[in-house]
Formats: sequence, structure tokens, C-alpha cells
Amino acid sequence: MKGKRLNLWGWFWAVAAMLYFFVPMYGTLDFSLRMKKGLISLLAYRTVLADSQFLASFRYSAIMGLITVTISVLIFVPTVYWIYLRLPGARPIIEIITILPFIIPVIVYVFGLIRTFSGPPFQLTLTPFKTDILITAGYIVLSMPYMFRAIDVGMRTIDVRTLTEAAQSLGSNRFQILVDVIFPNLRIAILSGALICFATVIGELILGDFLVRPALGPYMVLVGRSRAFEPAALAIMSYALTWICLGLIQFFSRGGSTQQQLTGR
Amino acid sequence: MPSHLHMKPSSMQKSPAFPFSDWIGLVPFFIFILAFLILPSLNLFSGAFKDSQGNFTLANLNFLTDQYVLKSYAISLEVSVITSLAGGVFGFFVAYAITIGDTPRWVRNILMTFSGLAANFGGVPLAFAFIATLGRTGFITAFLKSICYADAAGAQICPFNPYDHGFNLYSMSGLALAYMYFQFPLMVLTITPALEGLKKDWREASENLGATSLQYWRDVAFPILWPSILGATILLFGSAFGAFATAQALTGGSIYLVTILIGQQIRGDVLGNPNEGYALALGMVIVMAITITAYTILQRRTTRWLKV
Repeated sequence: MKGKRLNLWGWFWAVAAMLYFFVPMYGTLDFSLRMKKGLISLLAYRTVLADSQFLASFRYSAIMGLITVTISVLIFVPTVYWIYLRLPGARPIIEIITILPFIIPVIVYVFGLIRTFSGPPFQLTLTPFKTDILITAGYIVLSMPYMFRAIDVGMRTIDVRTLTEAAQSLGSNRFQILVDVIFPNLRIAILSGALICFATVIGELILGDFLVRPALGPYMVLVGRSRAFEPAALAIMSYALTWICLGLIQFFSRGGSTQQQLTGR
Repeated sequence: MPSHLHMKPSSMQKSPAFPFSDWIGLVPFFIFILAFLILPSLNLFSGAFKDSQGNFTLANLNFLTDQYVLKSYAISLEVSVITSLAGGVFGFFVAYAITIGDTPRWVRNILMTFSGLAANFGGVPLAFAFIATLGRTGFITAFLKSICYADAAGAQICPFNPYDHGFNLYSMSGLALAYMYFQFPLMVLTITPALEGLKKDWREASENLGATSLQYWRDVAFPILWPSILGATILLFGSAFGAFATAQALTGGSIYLVTILIGQQIRGDVLGNPNEGYALALGMVIVMAITITAYTILQRRTTRWLKV
């Protein structure tokens, strides 16, 4: 008797949650397929994919994503390696620093970034190239909590000291140790960090918007203001992209201890 | 895990000395952080206490008591409190359903996976999804509108159009519904481990002592869980309070959240004195700092219990 009642109560909430998940998703999908009156068609998707502005902004965001991932990995893998090897005591401080982007709202951070770098002595907003340097730095900071945690979790599973000592006794220098020993051992952690980092850059609005760069986020806002069906198609496409990124992470970290990541807006 | 554990003692012995050679590997990281995180933050902080000539002043802080600004803080707090409480309660029961509630394994898998997806799904696409679903021509709106009947005089009556009952997606209630899409999944993700930590023995022991289900929850489970529940709710509060993109894309900036106001300040639209924008931003950072401190303290309490 009692067990059954509990079960119903549980089912009620489980079903409610599934409805909250699926109804907007289904509604969006349905809406995105109705651009041609009275017909189900992929016209909205075709329109988006044929829009040269979409392609340009997607390419821009994807390239920035790749650059961000590369630099981010180059900064954080050696840093975390060094912490584990030489300075475990510094880990709490570094950890607090790396979650700061969660504490400071993105809009506040971008405000500070723009006010700092839009005038002397460190002006970085005069040319598109310099602004791209600034925006990359911003992306690295915003995705830092994910990247640091992914690499930190990965580094925890390997025995950094033993590996380092073994490599040293075989005559490797620090650079060789990082490239030939640490990176290959961390490839799954790096990959999952990279995927979240990439997804963050692709979905980011505020930096691209306020630094006036042709990123995907500002493009989407623009489309949202002037079109009806294309935004729904874009939403489905970005659902799919988030889905693929998370799916890949789960696939690569099967059995590992990579945690579910929290929020990125 | 083990390698991490046995590293601790050696770090204890070493940490007081910290010779420079130990820090050299962290120099690139610190230079980067200094330039692109610390410097902008310090600028923000010092800017809040400067007038337009760069002299020290507290006048900008007066701006925080401006009616317009207070209103925007009130709106931001309202959306954040409502969605964190509602999302917290909803998320808690969903987490309950998939842990103690005995729903099948596949339900749990689906809900956990979707929570991971939805908690990461925010910003502009989220606004688009809700416009397509609940906007004036959205999927659900169209469906509810189509439920019609003819009254005695033969006129068509469609009693379920939500827009006839004061609902508007492009207002506070719409924004709150959209925020809920990432709020309750975030709760599910953060509270599920705590619910999993509730030992079956505790329930059995209390039942053996004659406790009812209500007594078990009130006297045993809840006292153990409340720090995690409160902590997770605070986390939800923070995630709504700092959100910008969804509100911007959904309402075009017509709801004056603090984040929207700061955005307009960056564009140079509204406020006369740019330094007042710093004060606005400082206010937000203070709210977030309080939030995260409370979260961290509560988190400590929780982990102590769950490790036992």
C-alpha cells in the first residue's frame, strides 16, 4: 500500500519534469517546420543555412572556439600539472580563482573588460585583430571553470610524480614530459574540457555583442528580432549541438569520474 | 583519488616555504589572470569610487539608492527568488522521484541526461524555444486557442487563450517560465547526490522505532538535507540573478533587470555619468559574493554529513 502511494508521487514529478523538458522542445521543432503555410518543410533550416551572414558568423565563432580551446589547453594543462607536481598547497587558491567567472556575472565582467581595455594604457579595441585578442581572452576566462575542472579531474587520475620521475630518469626534459607523457594521458579530460569550452564560445552572446564582433550570438539576436521561423530552427540546431557536445563527453568519459557541468550563461 | 590523498601530507610539509622556483610554473597562468580577470575587476571596483575626473568620491554609491536603480534590483531579485524557490521545490521532487521515489532506471537516465542538457541550455536559443512554444503564435498558444465552442448566440468562444487571461511571454511571468527551464534541472543535478546519500538504514531505524513517514522526513531526513537544499537554492538564485542573454532575447531589454541596465550602460544609452555604471556592477558583485559565500558554507556542512 505505502510503497504504491510513494511510487505514484514519484511518477507524478517525473512525468511533470519530462513534460517541462519535451513540450518546449517539441513545440520549437514543430514551429520550425511550419515556415511553408500548411506544409511540414525544412524551409526554415534551408533559409538559415543559405544565409551568408549565418555562415560567416558561425565560421567566426567556430574559429574563435578552436583558438580559445587551443590557448586554454596550453595554459591550463601545464598549470595544473605544475600544481600537482610542485605546489599542491596552491591548489585551493587556484581553484577559487578559476571559479571567479561563476561568481562575477558575465555582463559585469564584460563591463570591466571593456572599460579596462577600451582606453590607454592597454587599448585593445582599435582594430578587429586586437579586439579578437581581447575577445579570446574573455572566452578563455568564461570557460575557465569548466576547463580547469576537467583537467583537474583528469590529472587526479594519473600519478603525476611517478610518471615525471620515470620520464626524467629516461632523460626527458620538462617540455618532453608535458608533450609525450602528460598530454597523452590526459587526452580524455582535455577533450571533455575542450568540448564544453567550444560549446561555451559558440553559444556566447555578451562578449560578441558588446565587443561588436560578428559572432553567432549577436547574429541570433538579430534574426530573432526580424524573423519568425528561423529562430526556432536556430534553437533546434543549437539544442542539437549542445546535445552532441554532451554526448561526446559522456561517450569519451565512460566509467570516468567527470562530473556533469553546471551552467554557462 | 588515492594518489591525490597521499600527496596531501607532503604538501603540508612543503607549503610554509614556497620558494620562488616552486612558483615559476604558474607564472603564465598568473600573468593571464592578472591581465584579464584581476585588472578588470579592480578597475570595476575603483571605478565605483571615482568621479568623471578620476577623483575619489562616494557619490556613485548614492546612485544605488536611485529609484530607477532600486526598481531594477527589485525586479532582478524578484525573478531570481521566484525561479529559485519554484525551481528548487520542483527540482527537489524530481530528484526525489528518481532516487527514493522508485521510478525505473530508464526514467532516471532520461531525467538526469536532460537535466545535464537543460542546465547547459540557456541564453538566446532558450528564449527562441519559448517564443516558438508560448509566444503569441507559439505551439501551445495555438493549441489552447483552438479549443473553441459556440455559445447560445452562435458566437465562437475560445476560453483558453492564455493571452486573454493576462499571460504574456514577454513579461515577468514569461521570463520566469523560461528561467525555470534551466533552474529546476540545475536543482536536480545538485541535489540528487545528497538524496542518494540518505542511508536506507536511517529510514529503517526510524520505522523500527515506530516513526511515520512524515516524522521520518521531518525529524531525520530534512535536518540532514536542509543545508544542501538551501545551498542548491542559493546556487539557482545566483544563476538567475546574473543571467542576461535570455532576458535580452526574449523581451528585447524591456524588462529592466540589473543586468539589462548594465548592458545599456555599456552601450552608453541611459545614464549620464559612466561611473554610476561601476556602482551598478559593484552592487551586483556584492550580491553574488554574499550568495556564493552562503553556498560555500552550506556546502561544507553537507559534505561533512554525506561522508559519514
